[in-house]
Amino acid sequence: MSEVVFHVTRGEGGSVSAKEYRVPVSPGMVVLDAIHWIQGYLAPDLAVRWNCKAAKCGSCSAEVNGRPRLMCKARIDAYPEGQPIAVAPMRAFPHVKDLVADVSWNYEVNKRIPPFRLKEGSDRRFQQEDADRVQEFRKCIECFLCQNVCHVLREHDRFDAFHGPRFFVRLAGLEMHPLDGEDRLAFVRDAAGVGFCNITKCCTEVCPEGIRITDNAIIPLKERVVDRFYDPLRRLWSRIRGRT
Amino acid sequence: MTDRYETHDHDVLVVGAGGAGLRAAIEASREGLSVGLVCKSLLGKAHTVMAEGGVAAALANVDPQDDWRTHFRDTMRGGKMLNQWRMAEIHAREAPDRVLELEEWGALFDRTKEGTILQRAFGGHTHKRLCHVGDRTGLEMIRTLQDRGVHAGMEVHMECTITRLLLDGGRIAGAFGYWRESGRFVAFRAPAVILATGGIGKAFKITSNSWEYTGDGHALAVRAGAELIDMEFVQFHPTGMVWPPGVMGILVTEAVRGEGGILRNSVGERFMERYDPKRLELSTRDVVARAIYTEVKEGRGSPHGGAFLDISHKGAEVVRRKLPSMVHQFLELADVDITKEPMEVGPTVHYVMGGVRVEPDTGASTVPGLYAAGEVAGGMHGANRLGGNSLSDLLVFGRRAGAGASAYARGLGARPSADEDEIEAEARSLLAPFERKEGEDPYAVHRDLQEAMQANVGIFRTQQDLDRGLSEVRKLQERAKRVRVEGSRLYNPGWHLVRDLENMLVVSEAVARSASLRKESRGAHSRIDFPKTEDAFGKVNHCVRRRGEELEVVPTPLPEMPAELRALFEEGAA
Repeated sequence: MSEVVFHVTRGEGGSVSAKEYRVPVSPGMVVLDAIHWIQGYLAPDLAVRWNCKAAKCGSCSAEVNGRPRLMCKARIDAYPEGQPIAVAPMRAFPHVKDLVADVSWNYEVNKRIPPFRLKEGSDRRFQQEDADRVQEFRKCIECFLCQNVCHVLREHDRFDAFHGPRFFVRLAGLEMHPLDGEDRLAFVRDAAGVGFCNITKCCTEVCPEGIRITDNAIIPLKERVVDRFYDPLRRLWSRIRGRT
Repeated sequence: MTDRYETHDHDVLVVGAGGAGLRAAIEASREGLSVGLVCKSLLGKAHTVMAEGGVAAALANVDPQDDWRTHFRDTMRGGKMLNQWRMAEIHAREAPDRVLELEEWGALFDRTKEGTILQRAFGGHTHKRLCHVGDRTGLEMIRTLQDRGVHAGMEVHMECTITRLLLDGGRIAGAFGYWRESGRFVAFRAPAVILATGGIGKAFKITSNSWEYTGDGHALAVRAGAELIDMEFVQFHPTGMVWPPGVMGILVTEAVRGEGGILRNSVGERFMERYDPKRLELSTRDVVARAIYTEVKEGRGSPHGGAFLDISHKGAEVVRRKLPSMVHQFLELADVDITKEPMEVGPTVHYVMGGVRVEPDTGASTVPGLYAAGEVAGGMHGANRLGGNSLSDLLVFGRRAGAGASAYARGLGARPSADEDEIEAEARSLLAPFERKEGEDPYAVHRDLQEAMQANVGIFRTQQDLDRGLSEVRKLQERAKRVRVEGSRLYNPGWHLVRDLENMLVVSEAVARSASLRKESRGAHSRIDFPKTEDAFGKVNHCVRRRGEELEVVPTPLPEMPAELRALFEEGAA
C-alpha cells in the first residue's frame, strides 16, 4: 500500500492554512476516502460535508488541485504520482471551517423562484421525448460547483443580481416542463438576471452530472426572453392584443 | 457552565428532511400550523436522494390487472406476514394517490407510449409496479418535495442535530440539540414531534448508508419511553459494489435486475435457478442476498468476493437510458463499462425494517405527541421490505404522520412545557467529552462497533455470535461513556460523532437482543442454528423498550387481520 501526501485547508476565520497529511491509499480510493481517513486517524475535528459517497447527493464539493469537483468522484490514482494533492473548500462562497463553505445563499435564492403550477385542464399525458429535455435539468444534484466557478458570482460577486447557473437549470426545468402553467420569463430576465451570463460555459465544464447548462438551459432561456421582450413584431402584436 | 441557547416555537417539529419528513412537514403546513423541519445535512441531501429504482404504486399503467389488493398481498408475503396488516393495507391503497400527487407538484416520471407514468418490474412485485425516473427516482422525489416544501410556509433548520426529546409529564414538549456549524445549542418548543430520521446502517461496516444513518430517531424514541418493533430485521441489499475497497457497499440499484440483469457465479452458472427457480433474479432481497453470500462462501464467488451481475445483453443504448447513473458509477469508480461487461456485486446493509412502533393510521407512537414516519417507523415491512415500497412508504405515512401530529397539536389544551433542568443536564452531558483530559477516540469506538455488528449480527446468525455481539455492544457502550474530543465546537465532526455513536449503540443493542430472541429464520433474519420458519414466531412481533439502563424485548401478538383481507391469501392466487 502506497502513501500519498495531502495538503488540506484547515482553520477558520483569520487563521486558515494548508496542513500536510500522509495517507495510505488502496486501489480505487477517492479523495473523500482520504479525508475520512485523516478524520478517523489524524484530525478528528476536520470539517467536511458529505453524504452518499456515490455522486448522487452533491454534498462533498471542493477544489482538488484547484479544480472544483466532487471529492467522492475524484480518484486518487488519477493524480500525478509522487505529488501532493491539495484539497480546499469552494472559493466563491464564504468560508466556515476547513473544507466547509457557507452555501446558504443558494437556498435563499431557491425560495424566490416561482414554484411549479399544474397547467389547468391537462390530462397529464405526454411523451417520453417531452420528458427527456426536462429530465436532463432535473438530474441536478445541487453540488453548487457551477455556482462556484461562474465568473459573475466568483469574480464579480454579483450575488445580488444574478441567480447563477444552478437556478437557470432549475428555471429551464420549470419553463420547459410539459405540465407547468406558470410564466417566469420576466423573473428570468429581471430577478434572476439571465443577461449577466456571457456564455463562457465554465459551469457546463464542471457539472458532475454532465448537464449542458449553457447550451440547453441558459441559451434557450435567453432566447425566450429576447423573443418575448425584445422582438419588435411580437411586441407590436402584444400591444394590439392588449398584453404587456 | 452551559451558555445560553436559542429557542424556536412550532406547533409541529419534524426531525429529518428526507421523503417522509418533507411530506409530513408539507401536510402539517397545509393544516395552517407553524412547522419546523430540522435536518442534520443541507436540505435535499437526505438518504431519499440515493433511492434509485422507483416508487411502488398499483397504478396499473403497464399491467392493467394490478390493483391495491395485489400490492398488499405482495407486501405481506415479502414481509413473511409479520407486517402490521393495517399499515400494509393503507400503504397499498394510498400509494397511487401519493404518486399522482407528486406529479401534480412537478415530478417528471418516465412515460409509457400512451403518455402515462411508466412502471417497471421489481423483486417480489407480481406486476410491473415501480414508477421511476431512470435510476434516480429518489432525487426526483426529494427535489419535488423540497421545492414544494419551501413554498409551503415551513421553517427549515438545516445542519441541526436533535439530541434529546423534551417531555412534560410523559408528553412531548419539544426537542433539544445543536447547530452543527456553530456548535451552539438550540431548543425547539413544540407539542408534537415527528421523527423521520431514517435508518441505522452506520452501525455496520459494509453499508450503502450515509453518515446520517445512525439510528437517531430510534434512540430518541426509546429514551423518551416509546417502543421499537421488529428490530431484528435488517435488510442486506443483495447488490452493493464490492470493488475497489473505497466503494465497497455502495448501492447497485435493483433496477439492474428489474431491467433484466442476470446473476452468475464464477463458474458461469445462473445460480438463482437453485434458490428461487420461479422468480430468479427478481426474488425478494433477503433471498437474493443470502444466495450471493452462500455462493461466495462455497467458493464460487467473483475475484473480489461477490457475484457477477450482467446487463450488457440489453445493449448499450438501453443500459445508458435506463441505468445512466449506474453506467457512470461503475465507469468512474471501478473502471467497469457495464454496457459491455458484468459488475461485481455483494450484500450491503441497506435498510432496517424495525423502528418506532406506531399507530398505523396516524403514525402516533406510544408517547403522547411523538410521531414517526418512514424508515424510522416500524411495522410496515415486517421481516423483509420489497424494493420500491420504501419511497411509497415515505409518502403515504409521511402524509399521515403530518396529519396525525397536526390533529394532536390542535386538540391540545394547555401546551406542555419543557423542564429547564432537563435541558441544562443535556447540555452538560453534550459538552462533557471536551472536558476529559484523556479518554476514548469516538472514531475508534465506532470502527469497533461496525466490526462487531458486521461479524456477529450479520446476514447469517447463530446464538453464539449474537451473544458475543451483544456483549461487545455492552462493552462499547461503556467505552462510549468515556470518549474525548479535540478542537472547538465549531463544525466538529468528532464531537458530532459522540452522540451519533451513542444512538448507534442503542439500536445495535436492540437489534442484537431482538435477533437473539427470535429462534427461527424469517425474511431478513436468518439463523443457522434455527433454519426453519416457525409458526409460533409468525404470531409475534418483538417490541423493545427501555428498562432502566438496559433494553428489554417483549414478544407482542400480531393484530388479527380482518376476514376480507385474509381471504386474499386463501384464494391461492399467484
